[in-house]
Amino acid sequence: MAVSEKDVRHIAALARLGLADERVGALVAELNGILGHMEVLSKVKTGHAVPVAGVAAGGMPLRKDQGPPLPLGRARDHFAPAVRDGFFLVPRLATHVGAGAAADAEAAAELDAELNEDVAG
Amino acid sequence: MSAHLLGMTAAHLRDAVAANEVEPGAAVRASLAHAAAAGAGRDGLNAIIWADAARSTREADALEGRVDRAQGGRAPHGSGRELLGVPVAVKDNIATLDLPTTCGSHILEGYVSPFEATVVARLRDAGAVVVGKTNMDEFAMGSSTEHSAYGPTLNPLDRTRVPGGSSGGSAAAVAAGVVRVALGSETGGSVRQPAAFCGIVGVKPTYGRVSRYGLVAFASSLDQVGVFGATVDDAALVMEVIGGSDPLDATSADVAVPPYRATAHESVEGLVIGRPREYFPESLDPRMRDRCDRALAALEAQGAKVREVSLKHTELAIPVYYIVAPAEASSNLARFDGVRYGLRVEGDGLRGMYEATRSGGFGPEVTRRILLGTYVLSAGYYDAYYRKAQEVRGLLAGDFAEVFASGVDVLFTPTTPTPAFRIGAVSDPYEMYLNDIFTATANLAGVPAMSVPIGRVDGLPVGGQLLAPHFREDVMFRAAYALERALGEEAHR
Repeated sequence: MAVSEKDVRHIAALARLGLADERVGALVAELNGILGHMEVLSKVKTGHAVPVAGVAAGGMPLRKDQGPPLPLGRARDHFAPAVRDGFFLVPRLATHVGAGAAADAEAAAELDAELNEDVAG
Repeated sequence: MSAHLLGMTAAHLRDAVAANEVEPGAAVRASLAHAAAAGAGRDGLNAIIWADAARSTREADALEGRVDRAQGGRAPHGSGRELLGVPVAVKDNIATLDLPTTCGSHILEGYVSPFEATVVARLRDAGAVVVGKTNMDEFAMGSSTEHSAYGPTLNPLDRTRVPGGSSGGSAAAVAAGVVRVALGSETGGSVRQPAAFCGIVGVKPTYGRVSRYGLVAFASSLDQVGVFGATVDDAALVMEVIGGSDPLDATSADVAVPPYRATAHESVEGLVIGRPREYFPESLDPRMRDRCDRALAALEAQGAKVREVSLKHTELAIPVYYIVAPAEASSNLARFDGVRYGLRVEGDGLRGMYEATRSGGFGPEVTRRILLGTYVLSAGYYDAYYRKAQEVRGLLAGDFAEVFASGVDVLFTPTTPTPAFRIGAVSDPYEMYLNDIFTATANLAGVPAMSVPIGRVDGLPVGGQLLAPHFREDVMFRAAYALERALGEEAHR
């Protein structure tokens, strides 16, 4: 199962990582080099082995449906890049900048298409 | 006087402070002075990357109120004096209120946590003073501490070599004599491997033994806070202080923490020590094998019984680990997106900002692992890689359960296949991953493990690894202490 340049660009988009074009080729080689060593697992007979996601002894205990108060020693504006009125500020979606209703609908369709592609990928 | 204080075990120092024989701030001052003299900071070993000497000194002086002359130097559990006046160093991925927590990454440059990790709070409650945050491979991804945004850490025993990683800064700080004890974190060997490379003791507790609240997540089914000590006793003391359940960490286990130091001195007569043949392959350097055999002979001479055993899926640990850990990391590191904390790099709209921030903030190894993890979790590859790795992880955990159920009390192996390598000598990612070949198994199975010095090869320290059943750190410490006592100075030559 060799990784292609298209795969690397796709998983970078899924992981929200911007990749310089000149880095893509090297990453293809690096990931294929690493994944080549993983192929040994395909030969292991796991039969009815139960997939193990965690190793907490005795499993996770049930707890009350409430947590302790989180002891935050600083307000958000001490550690967040941009805050206003106690809310984190983020840039507008690029397709929404200067948009009217028609542009909004177009942008929403584009976003849907992008998300569908991510899910299908 | 300074050298004398830094040469005392953590327990002896706190006894002297608690008995009013040594001022509470004296050892912290000595530690800060030695850090400067030994060049532990950014322009030297690069072991300690964030420090505030004035604040640490003030904190240490304020401990005066805890010296209880009526108690005559006693420091029982819960007294607030278990580590009275003891300087500690803390890995840069463990949250502290006073110093930055950057995980060795540009993406968290300048970030100061709004809360403190439970382990740090417990150290402070016991009277310890944090004297610095230590360098690490970015987000704990590495085995050499070369992959830090703040430059590599040098091995104090040979500055042309790596200290191991990812907790290399903490290991170097202990090995350089700046502190007796330090905190690190373990995902696949990040405490034990640097402990072996620096000739000190390194402990990975059972999964769930120590709270992870405030430890920046890398791979949540594997991560544990670990401990470095100059000696077994130093490490055991810190484990007594930081162990135990925590309402702020749902994965911490409600299992009582036994007094490790009290039982560590008990005899190992009759203790069954398993020697797993898969950890002693034909290709193992005969000098490493010789040091291990010498250590096992020392334990046998004290009445322990050595038994050959098999952990037959061991060779699959690295492929499993490097699927599971990157998969979990790709999810955990999604939170670093320029919105809530750390770096923000403006881009084209929201998505452009995410991509510019993450590509600008993460280094090459972290980027590689996020991509690898995203790939093995993506549709079409999940079953072939991630699900398969989880199934084989079950087989690896089963190996340990089987061998411990057969009557083996602890296992003994080399910690690493080689001593510390030269800075820049390993450039192939998978070759670097193979450094974890003897250590990743314990993380995958969740069992406790530790490295203790067992001698030198080419003049460089090497470690022996002890592994025990879940929550049996007490037996592990008993074997480690017996080994340390039996080898004496031979452990360092």
